[in-house]
Amino acid sequence: MGAILSRMLGRLWGEKEVRILILGLDGAGKTTILYRLQIGEVVTTIPTIGFNVETVTYKNIKFQVWDLGGQTSIRPYWRCYYANTDAVIYVVDSVDRDRMSTSKEELHAMLDEEELRDAALLVFANKQDMVGAMSAAEVSDALGLGTLKNRQWSIYKTSAVKGDGLTEGLDWLVNIIQGNEQ
Amino acid sequence: MNLSKKDEDSGDLGIFYHLDKSTVLQEARVFNETPIVPRKCRLLLTKIIYLLYLGEPMATTEATELFFSVTKLFQSKDIALRQMVYLVIKELSTIAEDVIMVTSSLMKDMQPKSEVIYRANAIRALCKVIDASMLPSVERFLKAAIVDKTPSISSAAMVSSYHLFPAGKDVIKRWANEVNEAINSKPSSIVGTASSYLTSFSSSGSSYNSQPSSSNISQYHALGLLYMIRQHDRMAVTKLIQQLAGSGRGTFGSSSGILRNSFAYCLLIRYAAKILDEDPNSRQQMYDLLEVWLRHKSDIVSFESAKAICNIKDVTSKELYPAVNVLQLFLSSPKSTLRFAAIRTLNKLAMVHPTAVQPCNLDMETLITDQNRSVATFAITTLLKTGNEASVDRLMKQITGFMSEISDEFKVIVVDAIRSLCLKFPTKQVVMLSFLSGVLRDEGGYEFKRAVVEAIFDLVKFIPESKEAALAHLCEFIEDCEFTKLSVRVLHLLGVEGPKTATPTKYIRYIYNRVILENSIVRAAAVSALAKFGVSVEDPEVKKSIKVLLTRCLDDNDDEVRDRAILFLKLIDDKECAEKYVKDDSTYSLAALERQLVQYVSNPESSEKPFDLSAVPKITKAQAEAENLKPRSFDLASIQTIGTSSAIASTGATAISTSRDATPTPGVDQQQIYSQQLEQIPEIAAFGPLFKSSIKPVDLTESETEYVVSCVKHMFKEHIVFQFIVTNTLNDQLLENVTVVMQPESDDGSLVEEFVIAAAKLPYDQPGSVYVAFKRTNPEEYALGSFSNTLKFLVKDCDPSTGEADEGGYDDEYLVEDIEIVTGDYILPTYISDFSSAWDDMGKDGEVVETFALTASKSLKAACATLIELLGMSPVENSGTPTSSSVHTLMLSGTFLGGIKLLAKNRMTFAPSSGVTMELSVRSSSEEISRIVIGAVV
Repeated sequence: MGAILSRMLGRLWGEKEVRILILGLDGAGKTTILYRLQIGEVVTTIPTIGFNVETVTYKNIKFQVWDLGGQTSIRPYWRCYYANTDAVIYVVDSVDRDRMSTSKEELHAMLDEEELRDAALLVFANKQDMVGAMSAAEVSDALGLGTLKNRQWSIYKTSAVKGDGLTEGLDWLVNIIQGNEQ
Repeated sequence: MNLSKKDEDSGDLGIFYHLDKSTVLQEARVFNETPIVPRKCRLLLTKIIYLLYLGEPMATTEATELFFSVTKLFQSKDIALRQMVYLVIKELSTIAEDVIMVTSSLMKDMQPKSEVIYRANAIRALCKVIDASMLPSVERFLKAAIVDKTPSISSAAMVSSYHLFPAGKDVIKRWANEVNEAINSKPSSIVGTASSYLTSFSSSGSSYNSQPSSSNISQYHALGLLYMIRQHDRMAVTKLIQQLAGSGRGTFGSSSGILRNSFAYCLLIRYAAKILDEDPNSRQQMYDLLEVWLRHKSDIVSFESAKAICNIKDVTSKELYPAVNVLQLFLSSPKSTLRFAAIRTLNKLAMVHPTAVQPCNLDMETLITDQNRSVATFAITTLLKTGNEASVDRLMKQITGFMSEISDEFKVIVVDAIRSLCLKFPTKQVVMLSFLSGVLRDEGGYEFKRAVVEAIFDLVKFIPESKEAALAHLCEFIEDCEFTKLSVRVLHLLGVEGPKTATPTKYIRYIYNRVILENSIVRAAAVSALAKFGVSVEDPEVKKSIKVLLTRCLDDNDDEVRDRAILFLKLIDDKECAEKYVKDDSTYSLAALERQLVQYVSNPESSEKPFDLSAVPKITKAQAEAENLKPRSFDLASIQTIGTSSAIASTGATAISTSRDATPTPGVDQQQIYSQQLEQIPEIAAFGPLFKSSIKPVDLTESETEYVVSCVKHMFKEHIVFQFIVTNTLNDQLLENVTVVMQPESDDGSLVEEFVIAAAKLPYDQPGSVYVAFKRTNPEEYALGSFSNTLKFLVKDCDPSTGEADEGGYDDEYLVEDIEIVTGDYILPTYISDFSSAWDDMGKDGEVVETFALTASKSLKAACATLIELLGMSPVENSGTPTSSSVHTLMLSGTFLGGIKLLAKNRMTFAPSSGVTMELSVRSSSEEISRIVIGAVV
């Protein structure tokens, strides 16, 4: 009975799953963010060889979240999952200043793809709990976000371990998506 | 065959009828859509698998694209869909690229927190997508899965490990404890808790429901894997067998041992049989185990041990007795599979030990009328081997009754049985021949006809009384034969045997008919056969007629036929040439000929001289056939064939070696392989062509030592190269710059070391070669003696899992056993067709004769074997195995280094009191060489 009711409600609300990719260099915290969002806990992770996919419900919106491995060998396959993507969450390790330029290159290469033309971009400057982390503005500069054109984007400083900043980021996403639908 | 026919005819394939690959691939787009409709996707995945199973080829790009679409389905939580996804991934894993992309997803699915029902499926899919390099990162999960309490998961993990083993030996070897635990786990108890790593993965609220399984099949998987891990350590395997057999001994039926699965027992029996075969010291111990297992309550286990006992090499009749007893009981079992298994094993046993099977004769008699024709066929053919002469007629009648009802395969078995029977009871040849000629007229495929024709060939060869009648049947057969290959063989036989019969002319008509009526291949064979009559029959009238017939063939429209006719017309009048080209049936050793031709062609310098054909060893037809037969005896697929030939061998007619394969597989020519390897090394290639390599590598260490070393001796014109094959069996060491220091026992300067080629790197378990070259300072002197050998190398410690070596290392030495150069190393075994004439031709000039008394030798057979090994020469005219136990003449032929022909005749007598006394005469063109050869025996 309950199931039928929820299905009907679903129809009423136009139950569309929002498809989100979590991308970023290896060790940025993508998998930790995914499971923090899904089950609200910090899990122990190992480097992702391939991908993880989970459904996250937030504010009555179902997000289908794909967390793709960030290792150099796996990055070429990101493109296989670009189609029909509504938003990209790009995770950056704010402490890893050395690879900030690599992260920038990967980000821009990804955004140049035709399939992601309409996708919103949410950047998480992650690992803010650690000493020496770059601020959101610094990260934004380092990634050259200011140069982006025709793109809805935003950046939040987060700590996946502590859970800071994630909901703020998702709130922004929800706004954008509901705005697009109207 | 019937099954597939049914499939086609019924047309009841529903949606799978007329599936088209491109349509299906088009439809695969639904995988990319959201939301996913599991039902639709499952159906489509089923179609894909169906197509792949039909053998539909799929290009790599297509498969890769499909694979990535399929990965999108991981977003669905539908369990049945997930299982289908695994199946498709497994199929695509070999075709598509980048399949590692699903690794993380599969690893998540095999976690203890996942749905129990598909954890096992995930494990099996995982092992298909990962390679050895990723094994360390999944190691702990697989280890945990092996000891999981759910049997399906444990089995999946162990079967996967089994498949990964060849690639990831080092990692999987470390799991032996877990596997051992899995074997020993009780079905009720919970052994080992699979530790989870992603502690908080939630998955749609699934609960553990450990399904109890009564099959205990995981024990079978565990045993297989454990054996794989320990197979090279005989001690460990023996221990394993004892451990698993131990507690169950003598208490079958009441309580059980560790193993509860019959298949696991069968595996254990096979391992025990292998140990028994390889290690004479464990023979009694293993046999006792097999004997206990004979009484196991499970039929399959007791059958397996009976079969294992029957297959023991040189098994005694006492040992056979209990096994045959068990099989005899099975013969009267109501289950036809058991009857079949038992009679088939007895049939094979009867070829080698007919007397052991005799007690079952009564039971087998009743099986002749068994509803199952396969059982009946085996029963009759077995009876033919075990029965006495009197029962032959009756049995033959029985067979004739149902020949038309059995398949070609079984007809071949029957014919083979008859064939060995003919040789056992030559007096029954009339019955047999009429049976064979009868079935020759029946319908049948090539294999069957070939078996019949060859059986008749054997009759011609070994039972002279049957020759005329047999040839007549063959003549009749080729009148209406649809198999060109068989016609050609029959024509050849007629050519060889016909002229020796009383009325050769009667065959000529049959042969000439072929020239008129057949295709060109048969016509050419017929022309050759005719020519043989022309040369071999003395009657001038016959010669004249043959010439007339051959002249007619000159107008044939086929080149080959005309060419042969012209050649033979010329030869008939030239007696000497005819002897050489028509009658001589010796042939070159084809493998050797090929090797030397390749050498000749690839070396530009040699092209200035003509190819030296005399250096190629010649072998007689009988030798060639014996050679062809050898590799086949290792071919398990043709157990029937081997059985027959060994049965024949045991009846004493060792010469039977008719080539039974239309295209015989020549033995792997080891020397050719060595020769190719050595040519790759410029320093050694400079020594000229390889003369001889020692046949088998000599082990210089035990097989269980840290470094396993064996040695092969390669003889060149003036040089000797020792090839040391070194294997490093320590997985935490890397050996570098490996050399061998060889110290001659007596340093008389006859051999001078030229160079050592070191093995640069010897990682764990990868054999490498070190070459040490010596030059013989005086080409006239053939140095003998032994060398002490020391391995020298640089040891670097390395990480067993990655193989990465530390920077620094230290020098070390390792003493191995001595290696000897004997006279036999300088001699190449060669075959000759006619020993006595070659012996006479050689003359007495280079002859040396000596008499020896070998008091230690226990029999002529042993003495022959020793002598053949010592001299490195080849026994000719079947003189290698003595037929008498008191007197024997051994004839040997060989070529000494430098191409000097050698012949040896050894007359020997045996008396239990004095041992073997022998007079050895060696002839060659040089008395000095003969003396050296004789010296080998002293």
